[in-house]
Amino acid sequence: ADAEETLKRIEGHKGVIGTIIVNSEGLPIRTTLDNSTTSLYARLLRSFTTLARSAVRDVDPQNDLTFVRIRSKKQEILVAPENNFLLIVIQNPSE
Amino acid sequence: MEITYVYSKFRREFGRQGLFSDRAEAVMVDIQPNPRLMSNFVVKTPRDQASQACMDMSEHPRFESSNCGINHMEGAWPKDINPRDLEQTVRFKKKIEKEENYVNSLVHLGYVMDHCIRQNNTIDIYQEHFKEDEIEKVPEFPTAKTMSVFRDPNQVKRTITGLSWHPDGGRKLAAAYCSLDFQKSPPDMSFDSYIWDLEKPNYPEMALKPESPLVCLDYNPKDPHTLLGGSYGGQIGVFTFRTQVVPRSCGTPGGAILWWDVRKLSEPTERLVLDPSREGNLDQALGAISLEFEPTMPTKFMVGTEQGMVVSCNRKAKTPAEKIVCTYEGHHGPIYAIQRNPFFPKNFLTVGDWTARIWSEDIKESSIMWTKYQMSYLMDACWSPVRPSVFLTVKMEGVLDIWDLLFKQSEPTLSVKVSDKALYSLRIQDNGQVLACGSHSGEATLLHISSGLSTLQKNEKSLMAAMFERETKREKILEARQREIRLKERSRSEQSREDEAWREDGDEDPEQILAKVESDFYSMVEVEMRKRERERRAAALIWIRRRRQTR
Repeated sequence: ADAEETLKRIEGHKGVIGTIIVNSEGLPIRTTLDNSTTSLYARLLRSFTTLARSAVRDVDPQNDLTFVRIRSKKQEILVAPENNFLLIVIQNPSE
Repeated sequence: MEITYVYSKFRREFGRQGLFSDRAEAVMVDIQPNPRLMSNFVVKTPRDQASQACMDMSEHPRFESSNCGINHMEGAWPKDINPRDLEQTVRFKKKIEKEENYVNSLVHLGYVMDHCIRQNNTIDIYQEHFKEDEIEKVPEFPTAKTMSVFRDPNQVKRTITGLSWHPDGGRKLAAAYCSLDFQKSPPDMSFDSYIWDLEKPNYPEMALKPESPLVCLDYNPKDPHTLLGGSYGGQIGVFTFRTQVVPRSCGTPGGAILWWDVRKLSEPTERLVLDPSREGNLDQALGAISLEFEPTMPTKFMVGTEQGMVVSCNRKAKTPAEKIVCTYEGHHGPIYAIQRNPFFPKNFLTVGDWTARIWSEDIKESSIMWTKYQMSYLMDACWSPVRPSVFLTVKMEGVLDIWDLLFKQSEPTLSVKVSDKALYSLRIQDNGQVLACGSHSGEATLLHISSGLSTLQKNEKSLMAAMFERETKREKILEARQREIRLKERSRSEQSREDEAWREDGDEDPEQILAKVESDFYSMVEVEMRKRERERRAAALIWIRRRRQTR
């Protein structure tokens, strides 16, 4: 129930284009986008986040990745990593 | 062939110890080589024998492996679920969603994500808040640093009267040495002039040996291997790095300008007499000191004279009288340098006596801008080749002045005391940053100007153009006014002349004017003295009155 609420709230924010939840193996659990896009994002961002996390932890083992923001010309991809899951949100930044 | 030796032995002697004894050798079998067998064989020379200095490798078949990424489309499904079966995948997903782990994670993630999304929505954190196109540089004080000094290697020091930079990048500097004190030069003074390499300040790279000391020197801008030198005895020499050619003499200080073609050095190609009254009369001619020739305007050139006048001439004019286009007067002493502004060729700079003046070609009455009278004589000047508003002057007291007209017009922006002796010549390199000045004691000092004075500022050209325009207009207006006044005077004097034709004194001759002036003067002095007397008496009365009051 809480999970549902959280998700709904996020999806309802201004500028949010889509939301994807990915598990530790790269499998999209929940998505608001179409299948092909979802699997694309899931696969790519999974490896990206893993790389980012290992980079942060290599520099300082006490450190950990909290958030990843990729800003591109057309939109911003926000990735919130957790031990097992990944929450990906694609948002159109306010101009 | 078997080699055997058969021996027999009694049975009862078996097992006995073998008694060995030595025996001389005896040939048992002797097999001789059979030469007939040689014909079966062929002698083969040379023999090829391959050898290799490397490790012995095993002879397994090669194991190839390659590294490549695998496109993992939908491979993360656990083994028991068929990815294509929609129902199974949905069921799997629902199962995960029910896990507690999942829910907790999601709540936390949602919180974090929320924050960032809201942040994005409120403000664009990546926008350019400060336009970074112009990084404001801290305005540094203009400086000029001395980089090296080239000293005259001779015992008797001579003045550096001419300098010229090598046209290709300016790594070499040519300096003309000559003693300008007329007939005071000691007899053992050397006549050499030197070419210095900037990297080696201790000794000159090359020496030029003319017949008399060189007064001025210039690199041929088209051909960096030739130099032109004008010498004290009135000769021009062309120096190449291999030979030295000395032609006949020319007579520039005598008041005429001669054109020489480098190829035909036996006699001048053209001749122009610098006579302001355009009569071609050599007696009235002025002595020329400096010459200005702009390669982009090959028909016009300007001459600075000993008498303080600038003569502008047109080379292509038909008659010698027309060759002198106009004259500009303004200096009290000889004009030592004259140069056109490289950005505004209509304006030129002259230096002579104690001022530097900037002229516009159109205004002949006076210069449009000038510096105030300096403490000592100005000997040489040049514009900066990169900034239209900067020019440099050198003075007799050994000071180099850098003037920036956009910054301050009343005094130089930077004044550097280069040497104790007078500075006679100045030349700036084409990049505008390095300059050389030559002193009375034969030292050529190399200075490096700060980048503030040698980089073109934005709007500089338009600002300078506006400044020149303004000053030219002012002079034009003044000129027009002068003309008006003169016209009025003339008309009035014409009228008064008509009136005076009745009178018997006629025109006033100088003596009468003098007498009149004297009487005027004395009367004025008397009036003044009487006034002073009156004032003094009044002051004395007041003083006495005051004393009486205080008593």
